[in-house]
Amino acid sequence: MLGKWYGFILLLLILLAGCDDKPLNHPYPSENDETRVFYSHFTGRPKTLDPARSYSVDEALFTGQIYEPPLQYHYLKRPYLLTPLTAARMPVITYLNAKGDPLPKDADETQIAYSMYEITLQPGIQYQPHPGFAKDHQGQYRYHTLSKKEAATQQALVDFDETDSRELTADDYVYQIKRLAHPATQSPIFGFMENHIIGFTEYQQLLQQAYEENTNHFFDLRKYDFPGVEVVDRYTYRIYLKGKYPQFIYWLAMHFFAPIPWEVDYFYSQSGMEQHNLGFDWYPVGTGPYLLSENNPNRRMTLQKNPNFRGEYYPQEGELEDESKGLLTLSGTLLPIVDKFVFTLEREAIPRWNKFLQGYYDQSGIATDSFDEAIQIDALGKPELTSSIAEKSITLKTSIDPSVYYLGFNMLDPVVGGASERARKLRLAIAVALDFEEYISIFLNGRAVVANGLVPPGVFGYRSGKGGMNQKIYEFKNNKIKRRSLAYAKRLLLEAGYANGIDPKTQQPLILNYDAIGGAQANERAQFNWMRKQFAKLGIELYVKSTHYNRFREKIRTGNSQIYMWGWSADYPDPENFLFLLYGPNGKVSHGGENTSNYHNAEFDSLFKKMKGMDNTSERQVIIDKMREIIQGDSPLVFAYHPKSFTLYHQWVSPRKFSGIINNGLKYVDIDMEKRQSQRKQWNQSNFWPLLFLLGIFVAVLIPVVYRFWRKEHFPMDRID
Amino acid sequence: MLGYILRRLLYAMPVLIGVNLITFLLFFSVNTPDDMARSQLGAKYVTQNAIEHWKQQHGYDKPLFFNQESVGTGKITETLFYTKSVSMFAFHFGRSDGGRNIGHDIVQRMWPSLALAAPVLLLGLLTNIILAIVIVFFRGSYLETGGLILCIILMSISSLFYIIFGQYFIGRVMQLTPISGFSGGWHGIKFLILPVVIGVIGGIGTGIRWYRTLFLEEINKDYVRTARAKGLSQMRVLFVHVLKNAMIPILTGVVVIIPSLFLGSLIMESFFGIPGLGSYTIDAIRTQDFAIVRSMVFLGAVLYIAGLILTDISYTFVDPRVRLK
Repeated sequence: MLGKWYGFILLLLILLAGCDDKPLNHPYPSENDETRVFYSHFTGRPKTLDPARSYSVDEALFTGQIYEPPLQYHYLKRPYLLTPLTAARMPVITYLNAKGDPLPKDADETQIAYSMYEITLQPGIQYQPHPGFAKDHQGQYRYHTLSKKEAATQQALVDFDETDSRELTADDYVYQIKRLAHPATQSPIFGFMENHIIGFTEYQQLLQQAYEENTNHFFDLRKYDFPGVEVVDRYTYRIYLKGKYPQFIYWLAMHFFAPIPWEVDYFYSQSGMEQHNLGFDWYPVGTGPYLLSENNPNRRMTLQKNPNFRGEYYPQEGELEDESKGLLTLSGTLLPIVDKFVFTLEREAIPRWNKFLQGYYDQSGIATDSFDEAIQIDALGKPELTSSIAEKSITLKTSIDPSVYYLGFNMLDPVVGGASERARKLRLAIAVALDFEEYISIFLNGRAVVANGLVPPGVFGYRSGKGGMNQKIYEFKNNKIKRRSLAYAKRLLLEAGYANGIDPKTQQPLILNYDAIGGAQANERAQFNWMRKQFAKLGIELYVKSTHYNRFREKIRTGNSQIYMWGWSADYPDPENFLFLLYGPNGKVSHGGENTSNYHNAEFDSLFKKMKGMDNTSERQVIIDKMREIIQGDSPLVFAYHPKSFTLYHQWVSPRKFSGIINNGLKYVDIDMEKRQSQRKQWNQSNFWPLLFLLGIFVAVLIPVVYRFWRKEHFPMDRID
Repeated sequence: MLGYILRRLLYAMPVLIGVNLITFLLFFSVNTPDDMARSQLGAKYVTQNAIEHWKQQHGYDKPLFFNQESVGTGKITETLFYTKSVSMFAFHFGRSDGGRNIGHDIVQRMWPSLALAAPVLLLGLLTNIILAIVIVFFRGSYLETGGLILCIILMSISSLFYIIFGQYFIGRVMQLTPISGFSGGWHGIKFLILPVVIGVIGGIGTGIRWYRTLFLEEINKDYVRTARAKGLSQMRVLFVHVLKNAMIPILTGVVVIIPSLFLGSLIMESFFGIPGLGSYTIDAIRTQDFAIVRSMVFLGAVLYIAGLILTDISYTFVDPRVRLK
């Protein structure tokens, strides 16, 4: 009896829930046809959206559309080109000597004591509407004197009735730079920037002391100045750096140097705000094309057009082939195009992929589980879509990430480290034996290109083909680049004193230790086995010491590792941001830097110092080539691969150009709503036949049950017990 | 009864302290405050100075259990364990290491967890009891044997398989429900149908076998024979008399988990994109957010103890012989 009701209720609920013209599996109940909405997903809760603290790609998806630093990268042009965003023109860079007198542009680096970056903003740029700006009739801030009780009743920004805006000024940029040094902000780049911005270290000490003595809820950074920044006028500010650091210009395209209005900082500092997570971490305020209208990091994040956005136009020119790829069809269109971006929290790859195939996500990556369903590799090794995916007119875009992965040798280790010929040849033998082409094919589904150096494709300094080939590991034969033979590797090993991998001290196979993260997953164990197999080819026994991430980092930090796998993702597209990974004064153990192998080569270091201050000229390329040769010869790292991103998007999405560097690309996206709607309807017609089939089976089982029941109730003598 | 409840609440205090202590020991045996700081500050350009600042800001710059540098009670009170534990007993969970208000997040996320867990519990209970009684009704027949084999097959299948197959078959092939997602209000029903159906089916095997055992224990008792002798139908005997008398063990299993329903399901919430407390806990473990982990473990312990007390109280309602003193 009750079972019957249960089925009825379930059926009723299904019918109730499907009471509109949308397909039954439509996951967006509030969708309407008037608003141009792009649907995508995010896989993990962002930690923070504060531009001074956020330092992850996932968070940049949001911060990149809201905050506007003075510069941005050109959407289409490659190599990457910086252009003004809120700045009226590119920053004026002046080099100064120790007395503060200006020097010519080509002045010798030893003469340059300071660099001055002068940035002038476009006038008339407005912030997004925010209650922190709202004023009453007397011109007083409407929500700057909230009582604890008033603040407690406001659960979210939408609960504040009034909002306002104001013009962007140079003070806002300076205010944010000061926030980077604020002890409570804990900006991850402060430690790096204090080496470059004048007086930054002392400024933090000053703030620390003042902050501890501060009794007000608001710690007003405007009262504390320092020589590293200066407001010249309403629209102009200057940043002073120690010496010459040409790469600083790239930082001016990152959200760390975006503006923050003091009024909003004041607003968030009030008692009770923290209670409801009202702060820059979760409620960003910017001048960008979008504002965060819904911020539920546990479920959904929505970016909506900023009504105060000044307007910007889709670029008119790009690379040569951009026109044929349809990337210039929107040229001259007023940006942003899409009204809303809805990002749903979707942790698991399987539902994510299935919803993309149903048309409910406009764009998707490809998880390992779905790779074979989506991609097939043709005879030339080129990835293409499988017929079932191509039928849906889905587009595949691949792009090489500005990252590098490598197998590192700790150069402080007595066996694999050091500059001796023995150790160098041992490292080279291992580098030849490690078949990373196979690794890419087995573990990455071919989604990477083998690395020959630190600099990835797309960044100045990268050399492709024979010119960039690592001659210590590869050889050019019959017009083909081929990995050197195992026999060659064994010869190197013999020259190193480890004939057939035997350690002369013990007369046993040489034992090396590989520090790795994880090991619980089957895929990780397979990778460890693969690594053991590569070393076994040389007769070397590899001990895999798998551990958790924290312990692994600790080992690297203290130099207690021998061999390890590590990677680096660029902050900006300059070779300096890769080659500094082997710069001696960046040694992890001695200086706490990012040179995890603790490599030190005086010639390399001297070339690095020279290269980092140069423009992208042929002379710079020559120096980078020389540096690559040095590290290929010394082999402190075995360059493994540069990962390749595969992105799929539906036919109704405008052609896109993907990049691991450009974070503010959503403003260039367009979608064809009609096409999406019709395709979704076509692809999502409910199929009731399996349900009816299951019901049939259920009835077939039910009939003997009912019959037996009837027999038992009416003829109890039939009972078996 | 009030005295009994108060006594049980007092007993709960050392249990909660113990749970908290074990959480601290386990967490800090694999993570140092420095590790936590590095994890929160990111992988690049992190200096020791920044780590020290982070620890100071988040109160992780104190010794774990004993502060040798302090005097008097400060040796105990000026420690990480004391400062992080005391406020929790007043249900002030503070801020996560990432900066969010934990109490606010818990209140927001417990309802989606409940929206999924409550129907799974109720419908699962209903289904399992009905089917268990039907199997008991047909005891000794091929229907019982077939039913039990089916139960064992259902028990042997991983819950992950139910989820993946359910999403594929109902969501992708039949396209009857959204594959994942969540919405508030009535719209939320269509998102819950699939996880609820999967949750109920996934629990059928174990549920039926457990309830069948309980009913079989009752079925051979004298009052059943008497009821049958008085002419009551088998179904009435089973659904009215046997079910009523089997309520104590059923309640033991059910009432104890009612408060924990708020805590949600780790895997289901993750796969179906339900923003509940289960996925909150998983996220916290992934990101090494100790503040959230200890809050959720503490809350779990509190709710479990509450469940046990509720179970004891519920006995007095179903069995008049039980008195709580």
